[in-house]
Amino acid sequence: MKAAQAMTECLKREGVKDIFGYPGAAICPFYDALVGSGIRHILVREEQNAAHAASGYARVTGKPAVCVATSGPGATNLITGIATAYSDSVPMVAITGQVVSELLGRDVFQEADITGAVEPFVKHSYLVKNAEDIPRIFKEAFYIAGTGRPGPVLIDVPMDVQNKEIEFSYPESVSIRGYKPSVKGHPLQIKRVISAIKEAKKPIICAGGGLFATGAREELRRLAETCHIPVITTMMGIGAIPTAHPLHYGMLGTHGRRVANTAVNESDLLILIGARVGDRAVTAPGTLQQRTKIIHIDIDPAEIGKNMEAQIPLVGDARIILNQILDAFEGDSCGGHEEWIETLNALKAKEPVQESYPDGSINPKAFLRKLSAHTEEDCVVVADVGQNQIWTANYFEVKKGRLLTTGGMGTMGYSVGAAEGVKTALPDTQVIAVCGDGSFQMQMMELGTICQHHIPVKIIVMKNNRLGMVRELQKNMYHENYSGVDLTGSPDFVKIAQAYGIESMRISRAEEEEKAVQTLLQSAGPFLLECDVSPEESTL
Amino acid sequence: MKRTISILVENHPGVLSRISGLFSRRSFNIESLAVGVTEDSTMSRITIVVDGSDYTVEQVEKQLNKLIDVIKLKTLEPDELISRELMLVKVAAGADNRGDIINIAKVMDAKICDITRTTMTIEASETTEKLDNMLEILRPYGIREVVRTGTIATQKGSDTINTKK
Ligand SMILES: Cc1ncc(C[n+]2csc(CCOP(=O)(O)OP(=O)(O)O)c2C)c(N)n1
Ligand SMILES: [Mg+2]
Repeated sequence: MKAAQAMTECLKREGVKDIFGYPGAAICPFYDALVGSGIRHILVREEQNAAHAASGYARVTGKPAVCVATSGPGATNLITGIATAYSDSVPMVAITGQVVSELLGRDVFQEADITGAVEPFVKHSYLVKNAEDIPRIFKEAFYIAGTGRPGPVLIDVPMDVQNKEIEFSYPESVSIRGYKPSVKGHPLQIKRVISAIKEAKKPIICAGGGLFATGAREELRRLAETCHIPVITTMMGIGAIPTAHPLHYGMLGTHGRRVANTAVNESDLLILIGARVGDRAVTAPGTLQQRTKIIHIDIDPAEIGKNMEAQIPLVGDARIILNQILDAFEGDSCGGHEEWIETLNALKAKEPVQESYPDGSINPKAFLRKLSAHTEEDCVVVADVGQNQIWTANYFEVKKGRLLTTGGMGTMGYSVGAAEGVKTALPDTQVIAVCGDGSFQMQMMELGTICQHHIPVKIIVMKNNRLGMVRELQKNMYHENYSGVDLTGSPDFVKIAQAYGIESMRISRAEEEEKAVQTLLQSAGPFLLECDVSPEESTL
Repeated sequence: MKRTISILVENHPGVLSRISGLFSRRSFNIESLAVGVTEDSTMSRITIVVDGSDYTVEQVEKQLNKLIDVIKLKTLEPDELISRELMLVKVAAGADNRGDIINIAKVMDAKICDITRTTMTIEASETTEKLDNMLEILRPYGIREVVRTGTIATQKGSDTINTKK
């Protein structure tokens, strides 16, 4: 079998049905084999989006998704997407073509040392030297990407290698002596967790993105309810427990809710689950670790003690560990947190809800609430980066669906590509991308992709004619010395959509919201809704 | 504090750059680094001396462990390790001071491995501290060139890095 065909065969063995990519000379043998392989190829309009699409796909399927690019510029265009997936712990296999082996290192046309370049952003990478290694490498790549703390793995395949003839046999299992992720929590530590929870008067659970990676939403809810522990989330953890759950108190951090931050600061026990204590979530880990007892549950031992010391570290898979904890609580009740919960409830009730509508503008916060009221329970929303992201994070209500965003890298231009991936994986689910006018212009080309491949994602552009979040920073920290944040020159997005044959609409008054939301959600194809927002609208 | 970390890695290309890249990226300071194959030809051993706090050393260990190519690693405590470094040092030496240098080499258990009309090359295998000391003593004679391998180390006693505790 030709090695290129072996590559597609490997993908099929891994259950891959859709891939996102962009061809070029060095990956042509693979593209040649793709025809008739049964694998659907979605042609993005720029490689970064292939990685974001794979990210969206992987985050909702829980399995590594695939993006493909050619050598040189194709591969380097992938880097931002790969780095984004890495910082958000998303399982991904990136395949790149490479110049022929014997010319490697000679700086020939479209040669880029991509394995070297992505080294800081991948869980692992391979430069394939022998075509016979392809089955083993693919098997390992999928295994590494999808197990332990998930992350991207890159496979760089020189063109001559793709053209070799090999005997194909796909390995049943992998054995990598340097990679043995631990899954179960240490029983002694579980005991310590139990007694810490029982002793605590003011416990709080902080749920991170790791809970989705292992599929532990149900376990989280059960733990919170069994032990009466309030839950807050990081940005990556939003939706780990339904937003409207009575024990949920919002997102913490720089752009989080006051009640969530107060809860952390006043707690006497902080249970971090699948959360890495990023600086946007916990600004002063040093003070916090002195004030409260910390249990840190994470699959990556390197995250424990990196940013904050934990009295009770617990390495392993969050779902398995939560089950261990729940089993240990079996039949045992755990209470005494009523006063604490009441305090938090009072704070939550006091949080101001901003409902004012400046002239000729949509109030994005109120709008997102309205949107939530109309979406289906399992709707997936992808928030881009900027004010639009924080509005969505704080005001969109997640029920059984998901809110996806890039918390780690904060890459503008994530949402449409990622939504494309989500919709491809879940064709029957409502998928909405919320972005800003700055970020939308970083990914506008993807309108072509969603038209060509009939991927009916709904896009909401919050148009404030500014790089709003940066503008707000300049307003508050740089004495309103606005610099480089005005987006004058932006096109009419409604017309842009029309040019692609995409249904679209613009709204600028509250009265128009209801109808717009319904039209958007009921439209059969893709839809673009532009919401005019005041540049003065605050993030929080 | 200086710590010696012994790392068993897959013996294939690219591994060293992954490890050294990790050190620079995370701003860990490498004092020295030495690589060689082991009793098993599919594995290499890298010995790294790092300078840093307990926190840094713990981070170094954990981040190294995340690399798929790292099979096993161990930080060797100062009182449980045997460490050596090989040094070749070329010293200016003429007829008048050859005797002195031969004496210094003898006292320090080092060998004269090359000699010319104007120089002598000394070969010494010692701990890093003793080599530093030797250089201090030789300095007044005029050091032309120093070549050092970086520290290699193993643990004292019959245990190896593979012994399960
Ligand atoms: C690729 C990239 N470049 C720059 C930034 C820095 N940045 C963060 S938010 C932001 C403004 C985003 O503007 P827009 O998309 O219009 O969203 P808004 O804040 O106005 O809602 C910028 C430039 C980033 N996060 N990502
Ligand atoms: Mg904007």
